[in-house]
Amino acid sequence: MSAAMAKVSVLRYRPEQDEVPVWQDYQVPYSDDMSVLTALNYIKDELDGTLSLRWSCRQAICGSCGMMIGGKPSLACKTFLRDYPEGIRVEALAHFPIERDLVVVMDGFMDKLQKVKPYIIPKEARSLDEGEYLQTPAEMDLYAQFAGCINCGLCYAACPQVGLNPDFIGPGAIALLHRYNLDSRDGGSAERMALINSEVGVFNCTAVGYCSEVCPKMVDPANAVNVGKMNSARDYFFRFMRPAGEKGECR
Amino acid sequence: MNQALKRSHEPIFWLLFGAGGMLAALIGAMLVLITAFAVPLGLLPADAFSYANMLAFAQNLFGKAFILAVVALFFWHAVHRIFHSLHDVGIHAGTGARVLCYGTALAGTLLTVWALWTIGF
Repeated sequence: MSAAMAKVSVLRYRPEQDEVPVWQDYQVPYSDDMSVLTALNYIKDELDGTLSLRWSCRQAICGSCGMMIGGKPSLACKTFLRDYPEGIRVEALAHFPIERDLVVVMDGFMDKLQKVKPYIIPKEARSLDEGEYLQTPAEMDLYAQFAGCINCGLCYAACPQVGLNPDFIGPGAIALLHRYNLDSRDGGSAERMALINSEVGVFNCTAVGYCSEVCPKMVDPANAVNVGKMNSARDYFFRFMRPAGEKGECR
Repeated sequence: MNQALKRSHEPIFWLLFGAGGMLAALIGAMLVLITAFAVPLGLLPADAFSYANMLAFAQNLFGKAFILAVVALFFWHAVHRIFHSLHDVGIHAGTGARVLCYGTALAGTLLTVWALWTIGF
């Protein structure tokens, strides 16, 4: 093993013994290809078994290991020690309550995901013997980018408005909502509009754009939110030209 | 849960903000260049901004529309940005700040309308 060592500072929080989160430093053996996730698992396996973190796939697919690395929302598996020669500071994801160490409470986020009705609401019901809903590659291209979300929560940690108003439905959920609205098989846009229009909807956004910057899957939530603003503004002024009491209407 | 959702009235202010921002981006810098540098430094003919020319401009219907759009939309753009920046820097301004910010823009707009009206046609 090379003699080079790297410093990893972790913000610890063990509710049974820490009143507030505290920093703890570890020294781990350094190599050029070592990810932060590998370093944290080295700590857990070799140095301090009490360290808690979520992880699974090690390859930016599962979205479990989102955390603040050097103050930036990042996936631990996709961030490398070599980019932090001065040592690295790892904290739980911002804007989420800490459950323990690097593990955050995701309940509020999960609830928001559910609220956007993230499933196809068919335009017209089909019976099984009518076969599947067909879609062309061009129709799929419209929403494919937004379907790349892995629910890692980095965009929520990046969004200053989520930090200021935890009720804001947030970038990830709006990107997911937009993904279904753009789907040629879906007919649920009107049902989802009430949430977009509401006080917890798109107008909480101040177009900072950091959500799209930190996304590890190249999803562009900022674009989804912006399109949502335009749609909502149109709905605001033209709603009087539609019959009242539509499904999902908000007053 | 949809029953509990309250519609946001932000589209009104967001559209005014957007229109002002668009106009500022397109002609704001040019207006500063002309009024603050080009005319005072003599890069444009000295009488380009003479009283007679400006009065004629303000008395023309298209001139009036241009002046109103520039003054009013810049106002709405600015106050919206200020109001939201207050929120960003941690001052969670309530109704008072909202009235003060947007009230300023409304007052500026009405003042411009009044001025354009009284200057005649």
